[in-house]
Amino acid sequence: MLGLNKADARLYLIVLGMLVFAPFLLNPFPETSGLSQFNAGYPDMMQKLAIFGIFAVGYNLLFGLTGYLSFGHAAFIGIGSFSGMWVMKLLTMNVIPALIIAMLVSGVFALLIGYVSLRRSGIYFSILTLAFAQMCYSLSYSVLTPITGGETGLSLSLDDPRILGASQTETGNIPVPHLFGLDMSAATTIDVGAWNFTFSAGYYFAAVIMAIAFYLTIRLFRSPFGLMLRAIKSNQTRMSYTGLNPRPYTLAVFVISGMYAGLAGGLMIAMDPQAGSERMLWTASGEVVLMTILGGAGTLVGPILGAGFIVYLESIISTIGSTVLYNWFGGLPEGLSNFLVAIIYPFVGKGWHLTLGLVFMLVVIFLPGGIVEGGKRIGGLFRRKKTEETTDTTSSAEPGE
Amino acid sequence: MEAIILQVLNGLDKGSAYALIALGLTLIFGTLGVVNFAHGALFMLGAFVAVTLRRVFNLSFETIDETQTDFLGNPMAVQTPYVEHWFGPEVGSFLIDWSVPIAVLVAIPIMALIGVVMERGLIKHFYKRPHADQILVTFGLAIVLQEIVKAFYGANPIPTPAPEAFVGSFDFGVLLGFDPFTIMYPYWRLVYFGFSAIIIGIVFAFLRFTTFGMVVRAGMADRETVGLLGIDIDRRFVIMFAIAAVVAGLAGVMYTPILSPNYHIGMEFLVLSFVVVVVGGMGSLAGAVAAGFLLGILQSFASMSQVIEIIPGINQVVIYLVAVVVLLTRPRGLMGRKGVMEE
Repeated sequence: MLGLNKADARLYLIVLGMLVFAPFLLNPFPETSGLSQFNAGYPDMMQKLAIFGIFAVGYNLLFGLTGYLSFGHAAFIGIGSFSGMWVMKLLTMNVIPALIIAMLVSGVFALLIGYVSLRRSGIYFSILTLAFAQMCYSLSYSVLTPITGGETGLSLSLDDPRILGASQTETGNIPVPHLFGLDMSAATTIDVGAWNFTFSAGYYFAAVIMAIAFYLTIRLFRSPFGLMLRAIKSNQTRMSYTGLNPRPYTLAVFVISGMYAGLAGGLMIAMDPQAGSERMLWTASGEVVLMTILGGAGTLVGPILGAGFIVYLESIISTIGSTVLYNWFGGLPEGLSNFLVAIIYPFVGKGWHLTLGLVFMLVVIFLPGGIVEGGKRIGGLFRRKKTEETTDTTSSAEPGE
Repeated sequence: MEAIILQVLNGLDKGSAYALIALGLTLIFGTLGVVNFAHGALFMLGAFVAVTLRRVFNLSFETIDETQTDFLGNPMAVQTPYVEHWFGPEVGSFLIDWSVPIAVLVAIPIMALIGVVMERGLIKHFYKRPHADQILVTFGLAIVLQEIVKAFYGANPIPTPAPEAFVGSFDFGVLLGFDPFTIMYPYWRLVYFGFSAIIIGIVFAFLRFTTFGMVVRAGMADRETVGLLGIDIDRRFVIMFAIAAVVAGLAGVMYTPILSPNYHIGMEFLVLSFVVVVVGGMGSLAGAVAAGFLLGILQSFASMSQVIEIIPGINQVVIYLVAVVVLLTRPRGLMGRKGVMEE
């Protein structure tokens, strides 16, 4: 189907199904129950899932395939956001031009940064990308304030020119982002018993983009180009001995993944038209690395799982305060509940970053292959048991390396 | 001329901090072959040893003093720190005033212990893993350490003043024959520079003139052969990790009067220190120190208002620009050796 082999097509259909039915899947708890705060089926959250999914999938193209660990990818998100914002300020509130410009501009920046950084590999590459990202960040905070808004960030205003659109709506408000007239924040809610499912135009737009991005990723993974990238990861020296120059391939994939990040940044402002420099901070770069690793670097579906896991965890954990904790443990004896709250409290709410750091360490230490590898291991356990029972008679005829 | 000297002096204290952190990074990298992203967190922990010690010294109990009255006419409650109560007012106030230098002594065993625990508990398991894994796990550790400190001390910078004796500025211009008040330099920055010069001297002397240092240097050059000679090189490398942690910690302790520490002070220094290491040459101790001072001074020149007028924003990016130029023209860094981290 669509040039995909059978397994890939099945995977793609599963992801597609998850995207389409996300408002149902992420809303398993009825509104009235105490567990409803674990629901993630509201538009903001689902948009974020799709956006970071795109970001992580693009990052995985670079890190997962070539093994080049970039520590500055958040810079491209910021660049995409800012350039998209300027399209919205100067041209039109239609999101399509904003997204295209966001991708192009971040692609150009990726070309420049990649051209310099990719002259070195290994740790040098990581440090160079980190340095460039920090450079973008501190510049956008200081000198580039007229372009980026500095500390306050960039937002729309009533006197923006917007040549192809209107500066103001008829009622004198700032216009909202739209897709050829379809308002991005439009949503319909369907109530089924105690459940309310929200279908938002913004989410489905992001989901369509995500579906396209993921399809392109699969094609890239399976293409000769993807094979070249894997060759770079496994043995760059041998590759150059066979007469292939790895540099153009790494630069190309760096630009591609920078454009994915720019697309994600553009989508962020298409959903919520404001941009701030803190999007470019190195912790944001670290977060996308974590998403990719947590899901499984170098696998197709891993980064999506990782991004979903992290985004979900972040939004859930950072909303838990001490009152919520006391509600949970209210039934327990007072001393015990106080003790539990005291233990858990530093890890939730504002302490979300502590949990993030711990998850980061645990994943790298115990599960370097991420969720996908974990799933395979568990699957392998069951399968081995089965095969041991059935294939005792047939001696294993696995060819050696 | 005055302006130039002033900028050189201004660059020295930042340069000293870069040099100390970069020295530790290079030590760890050269001996253990591990890229330590948590090194900035060690700097931060050192700074918070000073903060904690000052708080401990300032722990006080309250007494009602009948002879004095506050503005409402009630007897005034007087706070007396325990240290003044135990050791007498003179010694007590001396301890509080000199808490930062005293913290240096306290920090040495604490940082050494943290270093050993970190190496044995975490880094040890990552020798055989790829560099990407080392970067990621130490990055995670840095976040965890930062957040723990944030949970205890809050997110705001905590002012930690230098001893009274070092408050104020030294008129450096008079020494060189300029007019008075042209080149003023705070005493504490002078102290910081002297302190870091001593630390760097000690580390270098230790590596050059002791048998232990010789073995470590041999291990840096060829770990396998040293191991074959029957020397337990791993144990020595653990000690080197502890030394690197102590160096970073002391740099942090002494830096507190210059910049009030908050929980992410370490990361700000770490990114720059990595750049310093890269510019100096991976694995070269002398290169790390030289590049640290060089970039510190360069940064202070770039912060001059005359320079900023010509090229706005240069003070924010000059270090990164230098790093890019150096890496493109001399990929091994200023003093890097062949065969170290070439891949």
